[in-house]
Amino acid sequence: MRYDVFIAGFGGQGVLMAGNLLGYAAIIEGKNVSFFPSYGVEKRGGAAMCTVVIADTDVGSPVVGNPSVALILNQTSFDKFAARVKTGGLCIVNSSLVDPTGLSRTDIEVIAIPMNEIAIELGDHRMVNMVAVGAYAARTGAVAIATFEEALRQTLPERNHRFIPANIRAIAAGAQRV
Amino acid sequence: MTKRLFMKGNEALAMAAIEAGCRYYFGYPITPQSDIPEYMARELPRLGGEFVQAESEVASINMLLGASATGARAMTSSSSPGISLKQEGISYMAGAELPGVIVNICRSGPGLGGIDASQADYFQAVKGGGHGGYHIIVLAPSSVQEMYDLTMLAFDLSDLYRIPAMILGDSVVGQMKESFVPHPRPLRDLPPKEWVVRGREKGEQRVVKSLYLGDGELEAHNWKLHARYAELKEKEVRREEFMLDDAELIVTAFGSAARIARSAVMAARDKGLKVGLLRPITLFPFPEKAFRAATQRCRKVLAIELNAGQMVEDVRLSVARDAEVFFYGRPPGAGSLPTPEELLVQIEKYC
Amino acid sequence: MKQVFQKPVSLKDVQTHFCPGCHHGTYHRLVAEAMDEFGVQGRTIGVASVGCSVFLYSYFDIDVVEAPHGRAPAVATGVKRARPDAFVFTYQGDGDLAAIGTAEIIHAANRGEDITVIFVNNTTYGMTGGQMAPTTLVGQRTSTSPFGRNAAKDGSPIRMAELLSQLEGVAFSARVAVNNPRNLMDAKKQIRKAFRYQAEGKGFSFIEALSSCPTNWGMDPLAANARVGTEMCGYFPLGVFKDTANFHAG
Repeated sequence: MRYDVFIAGFGGQGVLMAGNLLGYAAIIEGKNVSFFPSYGVEKRGGAAMCTVVIADTDVGSPVVGNPSVALILNQTSFDKFAARVKTGGLCIVNSSLVDPTGLSRTDIEVIAIPMNEIAIELGDHRMVNMVAVGAYAARTGAVAIATFEEALRQTLPERNHRFIPANIRAIAAGAQRV
Repeated sequence: MTKRLFMKGNEALAMAAIEAGCRYYFGYPITPQSDIPEYMARELPRLGGEFVQAESEVASINMLLGASATGARAMTSSSSPGISLKQEGISYMAGAELPGVIVNICRSGPGLGGIDASQADYFQAVKGGGHGGYHIIVLAPSSVQEMYDLTMLAFDLSDLYRIPAMILGDSVVGQMKESFVPHPRPLRDLPPKEWVVRGREKGEQRVVKSLYLGDGELEAHNWKLHARYAELKEKEVRREEFMLDDAELIVTAFGSAARIARSAVMAARDKGLKVGLLRPITLFPFPEKAFRAATQRCRKVLAIELNAGQMVEDVRLSVARDAEVFFYGRPPGAGSLPTPEELLVQIEKYC
Repeated sequence: MKQVFQKPVSLKDVQTHFCPGCHHGTYHRLVAEAMDEFGVQGRTIGVASVGCSVFLYSYFDIDVVEAPHGRAPAVATGVKRARPDAFVFTYQGDGDLAAIGTAEIIHAANRGEDITVIFVNNTTYGMTGGQMAPTTLVGQRTSTSPFGRNAAKDGSPIRMAELLSQLEGVAFSARVAVNNPRNLMDAKKQIRKAFRYQAEGKGFSFIEALSSCPTNWGMDPLAANARVGTEMCGYFPLGVFKDTANFHAG
């Protein structure tokens, strides 16, 4: 199997962290993976986007034109990337910040999840990216939800390991929404 | 060391340099390669090595020259504008027959350009970017695994032939994270460095220089260097051939563009189109013979580059006489990275 | 019979290409004597620069790396970092060090690289035929300042020994001359000190060596020698501008 996904939002939403987490999870599961970031010149507040490809065999091009899934965290990214999703593909959007009703195409499925609200309810708005990743993994099966705990351990610096349980809860909450 | 790691290409490259025995790094910050000096600054001190953040690219290439003259394995890295500044030193190293590894994680130009992936430094890298008519070894990785493997190879080839070696990458292979397997430095017989400066107490005077003023001296020196380039072409060409056997169109690309092109070739095959990929891994020495051999049978070649047409010139010089060579280029800039889908459209034009 | 005078062993027994009356040969000898005295010839790696000083390896019996124009301090940095046990010095002229190589000398000094720099200042580009140098005196005529150096347009000559003495990494900075026996004896003393500081790992040591250039000044050797003492010493005062030994003691 080959899974490709765009993850996009603005800088600070944890887009690259989400992509990294998927990458580590795939590695733990013995799969091949490429994580290709592209972000604005600004370090904060600019657009953040990455492409993750997970495959049992060769991942092929790390650059993808039309992904099967897009994980969209803000409106600008939705306006830019929803059109790029492959026919029959899936767009998982953060409906706290994205209004997907303006989308003109009907050949893709849109799943709207109020990720900011869910994250805030769980105690920290910064966990939006975890909610997103949970929804993506649960829906596509690209990686198992259970793998994220170990992936978080490998992705986060030691001093942040105390946040792992909260992150796992956010991932599970995202998974429940699809 | 068989564990699979998930790291940026730039970090894998730095890791490979250290595994290859590089203990001296000289550099200057520039996007998108700063992960390399950052890695070296962190790792070299505890290995007894030296990291120097130089005042300029000019200084860092000359520090490399000095360290290399003592026989040490050393490296510098930069991105396009910085590599332009290093050309003076690279020419001196080529003239003085000094090994050393130079990494160019290209960005777009000309001038300040931008930070996006680019292959516009191909000419500068393979044609001898500085003055005086020389070549350096140029290796073009197209994956994080190759960032690791080819960096190690660069140190060996550079020592073996006494020619500076360059890794020519871009932000795709530099900034991308992938799974790869690090491995110990392969054993290879390398000649003792009998030319290094070490002090007269160890024997006769030694001089590392590129100045030759005697009658006929410099001409002889040039012919000696060029004989070595010819030897490289004989012995050290590396390329990847993918689905070429029955191909009716040969796609050629290097580095990150080849990675994207390969997926396009596979998509073309899914559509029943007989397309193959010939990917130069060594850009100097260029796989001239491989192109000649492949185009004896298949007469159509499509060269794809992230520039306005550079490697395509070497392809044209290498192919069989009646082969047709087409070109599709994407000069660098934000949003100009081609996708496999776009390359497939180009491929279909020639099938 | 006791031998009281001989050629330093660090120098080869050859004739130099230097012009009659040029001070390069004298400085070569002083440097070689200092090397002999410290017994470092066998582990010395010299860094040659571009200009009249490029033939360092033809006269010194030591290993040498040739540097691009102005880059000797960067090359020496690479050599010394990779071979900290080696004794490393550069020998550079004024165009090389104070014009094209300004960035390299300032930063090698500022890092406190444990090397010695011999900077020969003769107020002109000797090898290329007497063009204006960063150290050319105001009013001095050269082939590229045919009406005399104009401070308003060309700037004033740079005093490198003073300039470098401002940097924390510099252990020793002095300006010397060899135009008369007294200055020569003092030059020998200062060069020895610069070498000693490197041997003791004190940091960067710098000697600015004033030299004549009779050929490009259009003077006979005696007149050129006299100009060093008058015009040059007038603008480039001799002396020690930094000595960390005194600095700390004081």
